Amino acid sequence: MQRLVLVLALLFPAAALSEPISGYQFMEPSTRQLQDDDFLNPAFFLVERGRQLWDGAWPGAPEGAASCQSCHGAPESSMRGVSARYPALDPATGKLVNLELKIQSEIARKLSAEPPQYESADLLALTALIAFQSRGMPLDVPTGEKVAGWLAQGEEIYTTRRGQLNLSCQNCHGEHWGQKLRGDTISQGHSNAFPIFRLIWDEVGSLHRMFSWCMEAVRAEPYEYGSEEYLALELYLADRGRGLTIESPGVRR
Amino acid sequence: MCLLPLAANAGDVSSVPLTSTPGDPARGQDIVRDTGRASCLICHAISAMPDRDQGTLGPSLDAIATRYTEAELRQRIVDARTLAPDTIMPPYYSNEGLVRIGSRWAQSTIYSAQDVEDVVAFLMTLGD
Ligand code: HEC
Ligand code: HEC
Repeated sequence: MQRLVLVLALLFPAAALSEPISGYQFMEPSTRQLQDDDFLNPAFFLVERGRQLWDGAWPGAPEGAASCQSCHGAPESSMRGVSARYPALDPATGKLVNLELKIQSEIARKLSAEPPQYESADLLALTALIAFQSRGMPLDVPTGEKVAGWLAQGEEIYTTRRGQLNLSCQNCHGEHWGQKLRGDTISQGHSNAFPIFRLIWDEVGSLHRMFSWCMEAVRAEPYEYGSEEYLALELYLADRGRGLTIESPGVRR
Repeated sequence: MCLLPLAANAGDVSSVPLTSTPGDPARGQDIVRDTGRASCLICHAISAMPDRDQGTLGPSLDAIATRYTEAELRQRIVDARTLAPDTIMPPYYSNEGLVRIGSRWAQSTIYSAQDVEDVVAFLMTLGD
């Protein structure tokens, strides 16, 4: 193990060992290039689609209803830094919400329209648009007593061995990052680039889709997208990734 | 499917083959490389095999037959937890104590008894 740490320190000199390392650093140069160039980045069309949804009347909303734009103005200013703070506690309900759930409730409550489903193109598009406004900003999720229970639940899920392969998130992303699991180099499993275009999916997916993918990889029963379990895990990951900056929309293998 | 001789007594069964059909090393080699079956090359490398993208989470299995007996290899594959409780190597012939197995997989173990025998037979060909 010690030798492994040494080798990794040589491979990733930019990051001190205790600092988190973005999944970006584990990608091939060709994959990094796709993320680096907004014109090549295959997730970028979603940011554009998100902008159209932001500006226009929501499909199916009542005549004269508000749009995101009519309340918030340009996302470049009003949404700057928002996704860096999510998931966050909803003051109205005291529950944890992530960006996707927040967008859904905004559409339901403020636009009086049917919110797009989790993982639909429309929800991914608005999520990508808003997350993009925090590019380069450090993850900055809430801390303290109010979220302590959620963090503990997230850690519990993270460290519980599960599925027929009997592996936890921690086994792969905490103890064996940098090593090869067949074609993949296991990264530290951070959340700072979502939604991501994943080459093996050939499309964009949310963080909760990634959770389910990893759980199915160990033959475990996944949780529902947007479930309390995934929200707790999302908060725990963002806390674990403190120090990383947001890359959304990212590109991964 | 009969899953009788499982983990609880894995220590007892390991020196006795799990089936009466002798292991088939050629079939064992096909299993070992099969990515769809959560198989060994995910984590281990075998340099005699041409397969790309072999794993590095576990030690190389080169010349493994010179280091372990058939019974020891069988026991590791059946349930490596009986030897090292904290191992990350999956139990291939035991679902005992596992948490939240997906419904698609819960009805059987990763390998059948014959799969285990075939993989053991293949590993026994990995000499010097
Ligand atoms: C069997 C090993 C394994 C386990 C267990 C596992 N993962 Fe992963 N995970 C991977 C691989 C392989 C990838 C794709 C390569 C990479 O980015 O690390 C990945 C990718 C990820 C990513 C994307 C990282 C990025 O940079 O975009 C996240 C987030 C993630 N995993 C979270 C989790 C969580 C949470 C769990 C537990 C529920 C988990 N993983 C369990 C193997 C695993
Ligand atoms: C998820 C990762 C993983 C998978 C899949 C896996 N192993 Fe392992 N294996 C390990 C690790 C890690 C070790 C070393 C530490 C230990 O004993 O747990 C190991 C150890 C071994 C050893 C002892 C090696 C030595 O040098 O002492 C043998 C033999 C072995 N594995 C065979 C297999 C076979 C055969 C398969 C497939 C049927 C397999 N493994 C699948 C992770 C794995």
